Amino acid sequence: MAQPAIYSLFIINKSGGLIYYKDYGSAGRMDTNDSLRLASLWHSMHAISQQLSPIPGCTGIDLLQAHNFDLHCFQSLTGTKFFVICETGAQNMETLLKAIYELYTDFVLKNPFYEMEMPIRCELFDLNIAQVIQKDRLALLGR
Amino acid sequence: MAPLTAPKSGDALFASVDRVNAELFTLTYGAIVRQLLTDLEEVEEVNKQLDQMGYNIGTRLVDEFLAKSNVSRCVDFKETADVIAKLGFKMFLGVTATVTNWDAEGTSCSFVLEDNPLVDFVELPDTCQGLHYCNVLSGVIRGALEMVSMKTEVTWVRDMLRGDDTYEMRVKLIKQVPEEYPYKDDD
Repeated sequence: MAQPAIYSLFIINKSGGLIYYKDYGSAGRMDTNDSLRLASLWHSMHAISQQLSPIPGCTGIDLLQAHNFDLHCFQSLTGTKFFVICETGAQNMETLLKAIYELYTDFVLKNPFYEMEMPIRCELFDLNIAQVIQKDRLALLGR
Repeated sequence: MAPLTAPKSGDALFASVDRVNAELFTLTYGAIVRQLLTDLEEVEEVNKQLDQMGYNIGTRLVDEFLAKSNVSRCVDFKETADVIAKLGFKMFLGVTATVTNWDAEGTSCSFVLEDNPLVDFVELPDTCQGLHYCNVLSGVIRGALEMVSMKTEVTWVRDMLRGDDTYEMRVKLIKQVPEEYPYKDDD
């Protein structure tokens, strides 16, 4: 089987706390401490990148490319950040992140028992995310 | 942040979301207000509670609006008001509002609702004259705007249930909280 396109998904709340982490496939697995550390690191780097911009109005890093992975980040206007770590050159990640954002509004925010800004423990969300990512993976395999 | 696709029109948005029967919606809201009146007894307390409930809804609902409408960052409060009136109201209530009565600084305006699905069948009894029946709406707007760093104050100016000719909500921008982090600590 070809390598999975997406290694992991993170969601960070507006104050930089990790509220969702999931890995897909065997590569790039992280334990809880590492994932928390990476999340707050990314939150800070994202903020610093805004300050670095020579032109005002920069909204932060959208894509970080390394030689063996890509990190695509999407920040909603309310400050929640969604990012996926995927294989290099994976396409349509913006669309995927957007789809994840919509699922988040549907299955997390509309769950009356979900506390805002707290870690996400919603089974329906897990299920739907897995579906979207699976679909994406199949689309990538079908290239 | 560049939108992936063009912002949707109000009608397209309304068509894209799931809806419930209008009467179920109106009657459910009526039942909630009725229950609050029974529980809290004081009309003022009910107003406060409705506002708080709206606020809680607004803080969650804003993300859904942003995710599904594809709107990008608004340049000023005027644009924000237009987006709420034309798209926000349409998406969640199926009606549009008119934005009027801007003050000179452009920080406060009125939303005028000709049609308000919350109040079908409602007549305020004499004992509830101080009740802002639709206070949940003002709470929603306040909560939603707060999540996109705008502190606002929302009050009802005109209310058809109280004998006015239309519904008018006054929205006043108190301050815009900048999103930048406090880097100035070591200055």
